[in-house]
Amino acid sequence: MTFPEIAWVQLTPVIIMLGAAAIGVLVEAFAPRTSRRPIQMFLTFAALIAAFVMVVINAGTFEVIMDGAMAVDGPALFLQGSILLIGMVAALLISERTIDPSGDAFAARASAMPGSLDERQFTARGYFQTEVWPLFMFSVGGMLVFVAANDLLVMFVALEIMSLPLYLLAGMARRRRLLSQEAALKYFVLGAFSSAFFLFGTALLYGYSGTVSFTGIQAHITAQPQMLGLLLAGIAFLVVGLLFKVSAVPFHAWAPDVYQGSPTPITAFMAAAVKVAAFGAMLRVMYVALGGAVWDWRPVFWVIAALTFFVGSIIALAQTDIKRMLAYSSIAHAGFLLLGVASVSREALAATMFYLVTYGLATVGAFGLISLVRNESGEATSLDAWRGIGKKSPAVAGAFSLFLLSFAGIPLTAGFVGKFSIFASAAAAGSVWLVFLAVLASAIAAFFYVRVIVVMYFSEPTEKTADVVMPSWATTGAIVVGVAVTIALGVFPQPVLDLAMSANIFVH
Amino acid sequence: MSTALMSLATSGDIPSDTVEPILTQITASDAGGIFEFMWLLLALPAFGAAVLFVAGRRSNAWGHLLGVLMAVIPAGLAIWLLVALMGRPEESRTITQHFWDWTFVGTFNAEFAIRLDPLSIVFVLLITIVGGLIHIYSVGYMAEDPGRRLFFAMLNLFLAAMLLLVLADNYLLLYLGWEGVGLASYLLVGFWQYKDVAAVAAKKAFVMNRIGDVGLSIAIMLMFVTFGSVTFGDVFAAAPEADSTTMTLIGLALLLAATGKSAQYPLQAWLLDAMEGPTPVSALIHAATMVTAGVYLIVRSNAIFDQAPVALNVVLAVGLVTMIAGAWIGCAQDELKKALAGSTMSQIGYMFVAAGLGPAGYVFAIFHLVMHGMFKADLFLGSGSVMHAMNEERNMRFYGALRGVMIVTWITFICGFLGISGLPPFDSAFSKDDIIAAATSQNWFAGAVTIFAAGLTATYMTRMMAMTFFGKARWHDDAHPHESPQTMLWPMIILSFGAIFGGLFAVGVIGDLNILEWLKPVTGYEEAALEVPHWSLEVITFVVVIIGIVLTWMQFGMRDVPQAAPQHVTVLTKAGREELYTNTWHEELLMRPGQHLTRWLVWFDNKGIDGAVRGIASGIMGIGTGLTRTQTGYSRRYALVMVGGFLLLVAVFFLAWWF
Repeated sequence: MTFPEIAWVQLTPVIIMLGAAAIGVLVEAFAPRTSRRPIQMFLTFAALIAAFVMVVINAGTFEVIMDGAMAVDGPALFLQGSILLIGMVAALLISERTIDPSGDAFAARASAMPGSLDERQFTARGYFQTEVWPLFMFSVGGMLVFVAANDLLVMFVALEIMSLPLYLLAGMARRRRLLSQEAALKYFVLGAFSSAFFLFGTALLYGYSGTVSFTGIQAHITAQPQMLGLLLAGIAFLVVGLLFKVSAVPFHAWAPDVYQGSPTPITAFMAAAVKVAAFGAMLRVMYVALGGAVWDWRPVFWVIAALTFFVGSIIALAQTDIKRMLAYSSIAHAGFLLLGVASVSREALAATMFYLVTYGLATVGAFGLISLVRNESGEATSLDAWRGIGKKSPAVAGAFSLFLLSFAGIPLTAGFVGKFSIFASAAAAGSVWLVFLAVLASAIAAFFYVRVIVVMYFSEPTEKTADVVMPSWATTGAIVVGVAVTIALGVFPQPVLDLAMSANIFVH
Repeated sequence: MSTALMSLATSGDIPSDTVEPILTQITASDAGGIFEFMWLLLALPAFGAAVLFVAGRRSNAWGHLLGVLMAVIPAGLAIWLLVALMGRPEESRTITQHFWDWTFVGTFNAEFAIRLDPLSIVFVLLITIVGGLIHIYSVGYMAEDPGRRLFFAMLNLFLAAMLLLVLADNYLLLYLGWEGVGLASYLLVGFWQYKDVAAVAAKKAFVMNRIGDVGLSIAIMLMFVTFGSVTFGDVFAAAPEADSTTMTLIGLALLLAATGKSAQYPLQAWLLDAMEGPTPVSALIHAATMVTAGVYLIVRSNAIFDQAPVALNVVLAVGLVTMIAGAWIGCAQDELKKALAGSTMSQIGYMFVAAGLGPAGYVFAIFHLVMHGMFKADLFLGSGSVMHAMNEERNMRFYGALRGVMIVTWITFICGFLGISGLPPFDSAFSKDDIIAAATSQNWFAGAVTIFAAGLTATYMTRMMAMTFFGKARWHDDAHPHESPQTMLWPMIILSFGAIFGGLFAVGVIGDLNILEWLKPVTGYEEAALEVPHWSLEVITFVVVIIGIVLTWMQFGMRDVPQAAPQHVTVLTKAGREELYTNTWHEELLMRPGQHLTRWLVWFDNKGIDGAVRGIASGIMGIGTGLTRTQTGYSRRYALVMVGGFLLLVAVFFLAWWF
């Protein structure tokens, strides 16, 4: 066996991200406590920016590297760039320290028992947890590999690199720690369960084709359409693992609990970046490796997509907690995105990528706003606490309304353009009836988005109405980016649509 | 095996197929030299409006100056454009400038393009010059008003919309301008919205205009269906071959639009109420420019009306009725501005009569329109000056003897009087006589009515003149009339020059531009044979006008005018005071049934439609609440659901495989 040639240039974004994460671990071990935070923040932002620059420099690359283990092509680079951008904005939220009077969004010491003497002492001493940063970087690094993985094993490893830090991060909330820890444990257990599905699917596909490389599997499907049972079972197991990550129904149940329990900056990061990465990986595996079997798996995706956008929208109607509502909304969005995956065309690929980046940035902004509405026990996420917030803080209510309108797909917002392009490509691919159902689901979804706007603007503030805290420039920046992207790509989407259209072929 | 998919996953070049861009930027075509800057005509006032609206109170200090500048510069540009246009040969005086594809859906394509030709330049000049002067006048008139900056923002918005209306190269863009001036008019009539009457008048103006707008939208739809295009060039080229029934329908729809915008019978009632707006608004929008947009629309669409004789006859009829009705109202109203508004209706009636004569009259319609723009703006500004001096008193019965204290205003008002009354050699003597001659040549009845209306014109103008400036002072005790500030006087002086010399200038006695010859290539012209000599009509008209002046002077100039309006008057006066009872029948026939209809619709909306919506919503909400119960919070339960989901997947896989 020969050692594969290492494609250093194409790998730089990944190397920078994971290398910075490793340095971050060393910083935790050796740097004095007071200087850790500035060093970690510098490392993180420097790594994100450097990796982004390298992605831009690599633009136009179209090749398979590392002996077929990874692919660097338009979709990989577009999605890596999106993940890094979303990462930067999410990192701004993570760095926020002014909105919670007792510190940032993370527990002073995650190891201290909730409610214990230790915890109170650590909080009183003003300890901060800077391990958040290397964990965050590892997760971003995993995502970068995930969207470029070109064989099932690399994909699995990337999936775990991405997920394991998230399981930890989910349990680190400063407030309502029990809820947070429960969320983390749930996420971990169910995530492990879904990983097992993925791995078993990998094994079956290996049994079917004798290889784990996407190219090899595709060649096998084209050449030898026997042992279909093994192939279908393999696909079924594999997609369960991926559908879990994008929180498609019925593999979604973790999402509301985890979104609600996690520290809000991490929720924002999960809702936005994990979705991008998981859809990126799903698109590659379904289009490249399993593209030959499209007529076999497409009906399954139709069913799952319809189930996902309907169940997501309908349950969201009944929510009284803003974070949980956004969780269900993200489930509904996953349904619309699955529509794009099932369409299998270049237009659908471009539309899906456009949708992902605009949805991601708006989501980070929306969660950033949620972190500003607080009462004495922390974030006030109950809908009652948002009553009449439009009179207390027109800016926050206005920005949040904009995000909601974009989620609902109202014209002149990026959400409309994204939804329209996905629906158009799905209709072009022949699933008009599914688009019809999706439009119905959008109408249902619009109901609960607009309801929040009504609550914010058309009711008087009560004594339950929460206060709006002034954030530092970091959160403000994250929200401004979200608002700007939502408006700019709603009014003039062409440049980014063109970019996505120019990056819509997978290398093979 | 899907081939689409194979191509998707193959290596190769990055694909070059891109989505159709939403805005295609195309550089100006056909325009060159100064014509490259045509767009500034629209852009400057639009920019001024945007700045003043957005900057808000911060621009209070300098807002009016910016507003004036954004009106005066286009006026200079318009003159320059006229000179450049005159330097071109007759056949190449139509210049279009294309900016971008504005709307395209299927085969429907409306470009954002403007068109300058002999007809539109006349309007551009009228709008920018009169508009510029009125902007200057408003600086003084609104000096005390806390909302002056907002007022200028709206005036600029109006200018931009009006210029768009006359410069548009297709009917859809014209519609945009049409609605824009409607909006500006609504905002400005209701500028003093704290006064109930002003707010109601604004609403009334808007609603009645909307009735006309429906006509314009129907006309545009019919054009698209018939010609496949709404661009002027395409429509006019295809019109001669089109079927005459369709042309009649389009013509009538356009007439409906014109009737609403130009306050013609039976959609005229809003104009008198609109006098609640500030006087510069009445002068600019409700006398000189916007209300004449209907005439522009008809003359611009001459290719359509030429194929629709029935529609033309209706235009003529509407014009005749309004001409008399407006003059009648003008004779009976005691409020100076309302009397002038009646006069405006009547004069636009003249233009409709001219336009209704077809090719024999189009040019005269525009000719009279331009003359009217000057003398009527002059008269309105004069009335504003008087009201300014009299503590905003509008009723002429409390004026009198003002010639002594407001000499400049008085003289300019006389100029306006001479301009409108038709005494030679002033403005109307040329334009009105042309209309009378053209009408007589086609239809002696129409000719007789126009001559009669000329007499009425002299009557109401003499009445206004006498009641305001002559006789004894009937002022309120606290009135201290004084001359207006310079910023108000100079525009009046300049406009009164227009009222005196405009006619001479336009027919080429002064200068070398004959407006009739200038317009004929665009509007077409067929001289109608007149059975009597032209001078005989002029003499008859002159005599009628003099009779009107003398009789009215004997009534109002030589006798005392009581402060209280006499109650024992003829039926004619009563009807005139009541605006010919139009409001009454509008209210009984339209408003009340309309109110019942809306009440019923609200009821149906609440019970029927909202009920259904709420029912569905609560149904789905119920499902949602039910589904929420699946969210138990137990991981074991979630894992079980996942397994269920997996089994579902497998089932679908194998079902799909099976079939």
